[in-house]
Amino acid sequence: MASTTTWRRSLEAVALPMGAVLAALVIFGVFCALAGANPLAVYGSIYRAAFGSWSAWQNTLIRASPLMLTALCTALPARLGLVIIGNEGALVVGGLAAVSVGLGLGGSLPGSLVLLAMALGSLVAGGLWIMAAGALRHYRGVNETISSLLLNYIAIALLSHLVQGPMRDPAFVSKPSSFEIDASAWLGTLPTTRVHWGLIYGLVASVLAYILIQRTTFGFAARTAGGNVRAARIAGLPVGKLTLAVCFLAGSCAGLAGMVEVAAVQRRLNESIVSNYGYAGILVAFVARHNPLATVLVSVLLGGILAAGGILQRSHDLPDATVLVFQGIVFLCVLYSESLYGRFAFFQEREAQVEAAVASV
Amino acid sequence: MSDRNRSFRLSRRQVMRGLLATSAFGLTAKFGTGCAQSPSSGGGAAADGAAAEELVVGFIYVGPKDDFGYNQAHAEGAAAMVADVPGIRLVEEASVPETTAVAETMRSMIEIDGAKVLFPTSFGYFDPHILALAEEFPDVQFFHAGGLYQEGVHPKNVGSYFGYIDEAQYVAGVVAAHMSPAGKLGFVAAKPIPQVLRNVNSFTLGARSVNPAATTQVIFTGEWAEPVKEAEATNSMADQGIEVITCHVDSPKVVMETAERRGVMTSGYHADQSPLAPEGYLTGAEWDWSSIYTELGQEFVAGKTLMAGDIPHVLRGGLADNFCKLSPYGPAVSDEAKAGGDAAVAAIESGELVIYQGPLKTNTGDEVLSTDQALKTDNIELEKMDYFVEGVIGSVS
Amino acid sequence: MAAGALGWWGVPLGILAGTLRGSVPFLLVSLGECLTEKSGKINLGLEGTLLFGAMSAYAISYLSSGIVGPTLAPWLGVLAAGVAGMVLGAIHGWLSQQPRVNDVAVGIAMIIFGGGLANFFGKPFIQPQAPQLPTIPIGGWSSLDPVQSALQISPLFLLGVAIVPLMSWFFKSTRWGLYVRAVGDSPDAALAMGISIFWVRMASIVGGSFLAGIGGASLSLFYPGVWTERISSGQGLMAVALVIFARWQPWQCLWASLLFGGAQALGPAFQSVGIDSYYYLFNAAPYILTLVIMIITCSPQRTLAGAPGALGKDS
Repeated sequence: MASTTTWRRSLEAVALPMGAVLAALVIFGVFCALAGANPLAVYGSIYRAAFGSWSAWQNTLIRASPLMLTALCTALPARLGLVIIGNEGALVVGGLAAVSVGLGLGGSLPGSLVLLAMALGSLVAGGLWIMAAGALRHYRGVNETISSLLLNYIAIALLSHLVQGPMRDPAFVSKPSSFEIDASAWLGTLPTTRVHWGLIYGLVASVLAYILIQRTTFGFAARTAGGNVRAARIAGLPVGKLTLAVCFLAGSCAGLAGMVEVAAVQRRLNESIVSNYGYAGILVAFVARHNPLATVLVSVLLGGILAAGGILQRSHDLPDATVLVFQGIVFLCVLYSESLYGRFAFFQEREAQVEAAVASV
Repeated sequence: MSDRNRSFRLSRRQVMRGLLATSAFGLTAKFGTGCAQSPSSGGGAAADGAAAEELVVGFIYVGPKDDFGYNQAHAEGAAAMVADVPGIRLVEEASVPETTAVAETMRSMIEIDGAKVLFPTSFGYFDPHILALAEEFPDVQFFHAGGLYQEGVHPKNVGSYFGYIDEAQYVAGVVAAHMSPAGKLGFVAAKPIPQVLRNVNSFTLGARSVNPAATTQVIFTGEWAEPVKEAEATNSMADQGIEVITCHVDSPKVVMETAERRGVMTSGYHADQSPLAPEGYLTGAEWDWSSIYTELGQEFVAGKTLMAGDIPHVLRGGLADNFCKLSPYGPAVSDEAKAGGDAAVAAIESGELVIYQGPLKTNTGDEVLSTDQALKTDNIELEKMDYFVEGVIGSVS
Repeated sequence: MAAGALGWWGVPLGILAGTLRGSVPFLLVSLGECLTEKSGKINLGLEGTLLFGAMSAYAISYLSSGIVGPTLAPWLGVLAAGVAGMVLGAIHGWLSQQPRVNDVAVGIAMIIFGGGLANFFGKPFIQPQAPQLPTIPIGGWSSLDPVQSALQISPLFLLGVAIVPLMSWFFKSTRWGLYVRAVGDSPDAALAMGISIFWVRMASIVGGSFLAGIGGASLSLFYPGVWTERISSGQGLMAVALVIFARWQPWQCLWASLLFGGAQALGPAFQSVGIDSYYYLFNAAPYILTLVIMIITCSPQRTLAGAPGALGKDS
């Protein structure tokens, strides 16, 4: 009996979001039809551009990999009952730290060691950045959502200031940027693909986060504290330390995304690393219900939507904002679907149905 | 304005419907065969037989292509290329950030749409994104606006083109100085990159050729598009008694309108903004991408390429080559100023006027050029500019 | 033009002017958010509402000017912005009250959705000029042009200022205000009083979004007075922060909005008199200031005075 229950529940957890995405596609199709494009052709194009070939898949995965990391920045503290939206800022300071370390070490060490040092730098910097929001929450009672939002703006201003002034490479003319990190410390691509190693970082971080939250006493303590802070205190859980530790881990994930962006994509620091990966990560985390494994799937879904954004313009003459509308519809539908859990009899275990039927009689 | 837009929209939509109807079979056929196919075999356009050898040209913009500024200027040039050169099909993508997104867009244009020529138009696309893609697709030509092509360093299929719009800014400076009794000019700038600094300097040098005491106050907003800051900058310049304001931001509309409301004269940028400031608009430095794009389009169709050396890797031109132009003089411009402006245009076009002519100092007192030195417009040194000339109030970092 | 340079006096004047001009969207959005949060829900989506409002206002003002004339058209635009805001607010109000649906998440999705709609439908209106709202000159006593210009008051600013005491009175002294506070502070008690939590929150969110939409109209029809896709530099999101900073009190929203509006003018005003280093850091001044003040005024011992009890809790 137990196995049937799990089976039906799992099916529900898969079927509801899928249904929501389908509903979103229908709504978006109506929108496209009103805008003068053939919805069926649009669906075809989206599929082709996002998942239709190995090349399209790579496009999707490249766009998904930073989101996997930034999503954890919201997903982990959510288990503690904290709503952190400072992903963008943590990504920026992570990138900043990575470039500082990379430029500081230059070519003095083997590339892999430099990369390791850059990664550590970004983990620490991003971690401390979000830990600050957690600490303010715990010790001063400052709302962590707002403080982390403010920290985003502050990080971006700091970045702009540094790349325009103290860290600027005057010979790089197309936009204010830092010097380039040594070629030996560039993060390469996975063999036979053009997807960079950031994807593996994202996958590994997600799995580790899942194990940490679901399978360790630390995770259990965090979830308990998230469920009821007062009860956790009475039970003797160190809520303060938990808050700091979880926020540090969360921030370090987003910081690592910054390092990947610098080491694998831009190779120098500039404002291009601020490209909404952080804000998109927040949504991914919520849509995935803060489950680190589900964030991977949702990241791939959003990566696919982003990958399809171009073809809507190129093949269907829809304006560039169409992909935003599409994203908005998909996320609103998936968020709505969360309220439908338990509403369909098919997904309920049989006994419960019988009991319900008996009770109603 | 809007009427034109609306009718354009409608007709575009109708065309789309027609295309979709004819291409439905083509699209389904494409599904099975993957993406790397050339579009001429899969696209519905092949149905009428004539367009079998269509050349696909891709344009990529960093912002919306109807921003009434930088991106729109390029998009209009692209539209002119398609209209004037038969045998070219245009694919466009707007609002593409300078991340892996632009690399993926370029790749999709090449692999899915079959583009053979790409125009990624934002400065920030060049290094590393264009350079990386150009290595990978040696038979696709990449033309970048404003990048610094280095012979032997960069791939052979990369070209760089840009207009010496600072020549137009110089003339605008001449006109502005004629019109400004106190010689106080203002420049709302986005970021201190060489193209921006060069415009500021040329504008100032033009003004100082008329009034050696003229100064240009620079305010950086820090972003290519930040309307509130642009308006604040314009207002604070008006408060400081500045008499003519020009700008280098993505969309100059805010600066023009705000200055007009404050009774301050303006000089436009990117496109003709005279309707926005009917009283105070003096002139403006405008792009004229349609001529260069059309010219390049004809060369593509004729089979010429960067790789074969038929098309030069560095394409530059100024007023004389129609890469840029000046807005028609506004009603406020005096005859004397018009004469001064026209004379400057003539001198630049004939080549007898060199804007960067020694002796020239920076505004921090360092010598740039000694008395007998000069940097001609096409000198690549000017594209690495990192200083303000004497007369500019502001600092580059 | 005749007034000449103000020199250093330009800095305080610029900040004053920036305060009067730049604070309008902050004020209207933060009042809207104040109403929303008092009922116990957060609406981060007001950034999207602001954008959609700005676009609707500009579009309607432009399209209707030929029919109703350029004096009435911008007011129709303001109304349209408010209605547009209400539509988005209704979506947020309904969705964020579904079981297990988090209001912060819906808000962020609404930023994307509202912004996307604004950009999608706003394309034809970037280039044309729409009739602008009139301004009320109160600087006529000065012969200096910069002073006169700085003291151009927008009617939307006056509207916002007028709403402040009204909203304050509404919360304190009216039955409906009591309902909103009851729903926000203690939903169980409100339920016992026979109040429909759903409809009170719905009304508060829709009303708040109406104000935020009008805040958008102030961007496109007053200052800076254009419609572009990047018209908002995050005012909508910041206004949400501002409400917490203002402790959910309409009067404090006013002061906080003035502070933010003025801080926006710091960078350009300082550069215009030659202080040109660190302008990015000047631009970040409002954020740093808010954070510092929040750190100083918050305390771990008690919840924030005035914080609605149900805020941020799933219910």
